[in-house]
Amino acid sequence: MGLVILDPAHGGADPGARGSSGIAESDVVLSYARLLRISLEAQGMRVLMTRQANDDPSFDDRSRLANAQRGVIFITLHVSSTGQPGRVRVYSLPRMVLPQNVALAPHAGLLPWDRAQFNFIDQSKRLAELIQIQMAQRFQGSSETPFEAPVRQLRTVGAPAVAIEVSSVSLPDRTRLDQMGPGLADGVARAVAAFRTIYEMGGR
Amino acid sequence: MGWRARWRRFERSTKWEAGKALSKGLKTTIAILTAMVVLGLITLPGLREAVQRLRNTPRTEEQARREVMQEPISTPTDVQAKAQMFWLSTASANLLEPTVISLPLSADPVLRSKQLLIALIARAPAPEKRTLPAEANLLAFYIQPDGTAIADFSDEIASGMPSGILSEQLAVESIAQTLGANGTGIRQLKILVHGQGAETLAGHLDLYGLFPVPSPLGAAAPAPAKATASGKTPAAGGIVRTKPARSAPNNAEPGRQAPH
Repeated sequence: MGLVILDPAHGGADPGARGSSGIAESDVVLSYARLLRISLEAQGMRVLMTRQANDDPSFDDRSRLANAQRGVIFITLHVSSTGQPGRVRVYSLPRMVLPQNVALAPHAGLLPWDRAQFNFIDQSKRLAELIQIQMAQRFQGSSETPFEAPVRQLRTVGAPAVAIEVSSVSLPDRTRLDQMGPGLADGVARAVAAFRTIYEMGGR
Repeated sequence: MGWRARWRRFERSTKWEAGKALSKGLKTTIAILTAMVVLGLITLPGLREAVQRLRNTPRTEEQARREVMQEPISTPTDVQAKAQMFWLSTASANLLEPTVISLPLSADPVLRSKQLLIALIARAPAPEKRTLPAEANLLAFYIQPDGTAIADFSDEIASGMPSGILSEQLAVESIAQTLGANGTGIRQLKILVHGQGAETLAGHLDLYGLFPVPSPLGAAAPAPAKATASGKTPAAGGIVRTKPARSAPNNAEPGRQAPH
């Protein structure tokens, strides 16, 4: 588990959350991803990014990058439009209730693409816990326990996967968000390293 | 008779002929104009009505449906009840809190649900407490026999929504909590946008699955219109938990995981 897929959300024609001062989620998360890449590589991990510039791959294209590899960790980065500034929330996918007409797996043992995350929910939750603790230590007011939400990007990833959402684009300028970057990168990298150790030792 | 006298006579005769011809033409013109004015006066009210009708014609089917839905629904079985609505907390915009309002609620679960959701959009006590965009409309609402509700909202539910995992989760939770707390008998919820199964609400929250709806909070909820079959744990203390299938502490933030 030495490969981390970093997903700066949105991009291209989709700026994501947008503040009244013009801060765009897609720009902020790209700079966070670049910082996080450096911190993860310093921990001895390989990193791939779902986008390098201002383009907008689809949810499935981003998932494909993770699902084409084995032993990866997937992290999608977001900035909210609401919430108290300076806080970080880490999400994993809850166990979802599916409509009755959802097709079963075509072959036993194969994971349907649209629910690829379902076999990794416990691992993802563990990863979310480790990251959220790091965030609580660095960003005052952040929760010590992680959150669950049906985040679209997570559902189609067949690997431990979490979403990190920083508050918020509703600030007069980017200064505060930029100041959070190094702490965010260091905390996430440490948590991922810890998760990798636990996982490789056979822990859950 | 000199040439001058002849010229004057000629002038007089031509003027008389011209005058005679002009008066005939004038008479005809005046008659035609009068007929047109009379015709116009007769047809004017009809034309005015036609213009009015065109002005009132709905531009789209959705607009027509919206006009119907914007009005609060009144049914013969309506009873004035204390409805528990879930809007954003005054203390923290990361939480939902229940607010009790007086609302006519139908005995029919579908109509009751529509009344609740229309009020959830239209009667938010303050802009900062709002969870759903003010311009959003409920286009249709159904309840299947297994307790699955399908709520179809207009496009504004997505386009007017503040983008983000937190804000989108709070929006869906406010719908589920409000339906769950007011005896609709609904167990789970599917959200459609303009009749279609959308991928996300506003770029983050997945609309692929069904959202669990908690059962009513005992005595705090109005008398149920229909016996509920849900065995799910209700939210404690009225403050929202965003993981509906689990219980959570009173001041739980949306989606917070139970310790394990």
